[in-house]
Amino acid sequence: MSTLELRSIEKSFDQTQVIHGIDLEVKKGEFVVFVGPSGCGKSTLLRMIAGLDEPTAGDLLIEGLRVNNIGAADRGCAMVFQSYALYPHMTVFANMAFGLENARVPRPEIERKVQEAANLLQLNELLQRKPTQLSGGQRQRVAIGRAIVRNPKIFLFDEPLSNLDAELRVSMRGELRELHQRLAATMIYVTHDQVEAMTMADKIVVLRAGRIEQVGTPQALYDTPDNVFVAGFIGSPRMNFVPSSTASQDAAVRAALPPDAKQVGIRPEHWLASSEGLGLAISVLGSEYLGAQRLVLGRLSDGTRIEMLMEGATEPKAGEIVYMTPHPQRWHAFDATDRRIHRSHA
Amino acid sequence: MKVLDFLLRTRGRQRLHWTDVLTYAYLFVGLFMMFAPVLWLVASSFKTESAIGQFPPTFLPYSQKTVSVAGHEKPLPLFIVTLDGGQQREMAQVNRIGILATMVDAANAQDSMQVNINQRKPVYELKFAWNNYTDLFGKFTFGTYLWNSVFITVVATLLTLLFNSMAAFALSKYRFKGQKTVFLLIISTLMIPPTIILVPVFLVINQVGLLNNLWGVILPAVATPTGVFLLRQYMLTIPDELIEAARMDHASEWRIYWRIVLPLSAPALAVLAIFSVMWRWNDFLLPLIVLSQSEHFTLQLALNSFQGELNTQWNYLLAMTVITLLPVTIVFAFLQRYITTGIASAGVK
Repeated sequence: MSTLELRSIEKSFDQTQVIHGIDLEVKKGEFVVFVGPSGCGKSTLLRMIAGLDEPTAGDLLIEGLRVNNIGAADRGCAMVFQSYALYPHMTVFANMAFGLENARVPRPEIERKVQEAANLLQLNELLQRKPTQLSGGQRQRVAIGRAIVRNPKIFLFDEPLSNLDAELRVSMRGELRELHQRLAATMIYVTHDQVEAMTMADKIVVLRAGRIEQVGTPQALYDTPDNVFVAGFIGSPRMNFVPSSTASQDAAVRAALPPDAKQVGIRPEHWLASSEGLGLAISVLGSEYLGAQRLVLGRLSDGTRIEMLMEGATEPKAGEIVYMTPHPQRWHAFDATDRRIHRSHA
Repeated sequence: MKVLDFLLRTRGRQRLHWTDVLTYAYLFVGLFMMFAPVLWLVASSFKTESAIGQFPPTFLPYSQKTVSVAGHEKPLPLFIVTLDGGQQREMAQVNRIGILATMVDAANAQDSMQVNINQRKPVYELKFAWNNYTDLFGKFTFGTYLWNSVFITVVATLLTLLFNSMAAFALSKYRFKGQKTVFLLIISTLMIPPTIILVPVFLVINQVGLLNNLWGVILPAVATPTGVFLLRQYMLTIPDELIEAARMDHASEWRIYWRIVLPLSAPALAVLAIFSVMWRWNDFLLPLIVLSQSEHFTLQLALNSFQGELNTQWNYLLAMTVITLLPVTIVFAFLQRYITTGIASAGVK
C-alpha cells in the first residue's frame, strides 16, 4: 500500500516553473531519498509534501486521500529542517512537547511520549537544557525527537546532516537507518550528497531541474543508470565518459559496442589491466594515494581525462603509458540523447 | 578598580595627550550642561519655600536654624549677635520691630535684649524639607494624578506592544498583496507632525464620547509607526523555518505569534516598551485637549496647573517635577541595555 502518491505535480514561482510534472509512489515503511544537485527542486518537492508550499498543478495523496487542500498540520507529516528550527527560547522538553500541546494531548501522555522519545534518542539528561546549550549532534537528535513524538505517517528530512561535521554525519547516518528500522516508519529524505543517498535509501529518486531522472534502489542506480546524468551523479569517484570513437580503440569494447552509441561510461573502479594492442592507451598524469587503493589520473589519446581506481601497491609514474580495458560487464553505452543503450549481457 | 581604569583611560601613555584634554573638557561641559539643571532641580525640591526665594541662592537646601524657648509656643529663629564689645553670642529672636529685634538666650528665657538688626546674622543649617514631598500626598489630589498617569502609561504601553507586534508579525511573516503598500503607508505617517492631527483627533474623541476619559488619551496613542517599524525589522530576523516548524507542530497562527514570535522578539519589545513609557508618561498635548476636569489630570497636566496666575508654590512644583521624572529614569536605567542591543540588531537586515 502506498503511503504517499504524487500525480503529475507541478510548481511554479511567478513565471518560472521549477517542478515539471512529477509522478511518484512511496510505499509504507520505505526510506526514500530525493537526491540531486542544488536547485533541482528536491526541497520544493519536500515542502509541497509537507504542506508548506502549494503545488501549482497535480494531486498529492497521503494514504489514498487527496491532501492538496489540507494544511500542513493536519497531513500527519513531521519535518526535520536543515537548520533544525528548534525553538531557541524553550527547553528541549518544551520543544518536543510543543506539537503535542497544540494537539491538546493530555499532560501525562505528553510526558510519557517525550520521555519515550528521549530514551530512544538518549536525550534524557538534556531535557531541561536550552537548544543553545547543545552540540550540533544533540540538536539534531532533538529535532528528530520533536518529529517522533507526534507519531507521524511520514517523516520528512530536509538535508538534516549538512550542518554536522564529517565524522558525526557518518554516525548519524547509521542512527537514522537504525531509527527507521525500529520505527518502521515511512521516511523521505532530501540530500544533495549521493553518498548519503546510496548508504541510507531503500529507494533513491534522482532529480534534475524539476524532473525525475530515475527512481530505483541504490544498486539499480549504480548498476544500471538510465542516462548520463544519473550515471555521473551516482557513484564516487565519478564515472568516466569516453567518446565511443576513442573507446572503440579497445578491442573488447569495439566488438560489443552498439552501433548508435555516442559515448561509453566506465566507473573508475571497473578498469582491468590489459596489454598494448588490446586495451586503451592511457598516459598517466598523476595519482592520489587513498590507502587500500590508488586513484590514478590519466589521459586518453584524444585528450579525455580518465580516473581509475587501482590496487595500492604499484605506483604508475607520471608520463608512463598504461594499457587498460573496461570490465566487460560493467561498462555502459549511451546514445546521442544521453540515454543508456541496453546491452544484452548486462 | 576596573571601572576606574576604564573611566580614566587616556590616549597618551604617560602624560595627557592634547586630545585627552579636549575630550575631557568636552565631556565635562556636556555633563555639566545636561546634568546640572537636574541636580539643581533635585536639590531645590528639598528647600523650603523661603529658601527657594532667598538671594543669593544656595545649591544645597539651607534654612535658618530654629530653637524652642520656654514660654514661646513656636520655635524661634536663631541668630548670631555681635555685641558692642565685639563678642559673639547665639540668641533667638522673639520679635522684631523696625530695625530693632528682641532677642533672648535660648537656654535662659529671662535674659533678653534689644539688638540692631545689622548686628545679627542668621544661623543656617542643612535641612531637607521632606514635607515638600509628604505634603503632596495629603494636600493635593496628587494620588489621583499619579494614578491617572500610571494607568495611562501602563495600559497604553501594553496595548502598544500588543497591537504593534501583531501588525509587525503580519508585515514581516505573511506574504500578501499590498504588503509593501501597507507598510509604506504606516511608515509614511511618521512624517505627519502630531500637532497637525490634533484637531481631527480631538473631534474623533469627542464624537466617540471619550472626552474627559482616560481611554481618550490611551486609544489614539496605541498604534505607533515607530513601533511597527522597529518590531517588523526585528521579526524579519526570526528565521521562517521556526514558523514553519511550528506550523507543522500543529500550532495555530495565534499560538505561533504568542508562543514563538513574541518571546523571540523580547529585545525589540523591551525597546518599544521603554519608548512607549517615555512617550506616554511625558505626553502633554493629547491629555491637555482630552482631559479638562482636574480629577482626570495626569501628572504633567497637574504640574502645568500648579503654575497659577498669581501664585506659584515652587517648593511643591519642584518636588512634583522630581517625582514625575523618576519613573522614566528608573525604566531607562534598568532597560537601557536593551535600547542599544535592540536598536543595533533591529537595524541589521
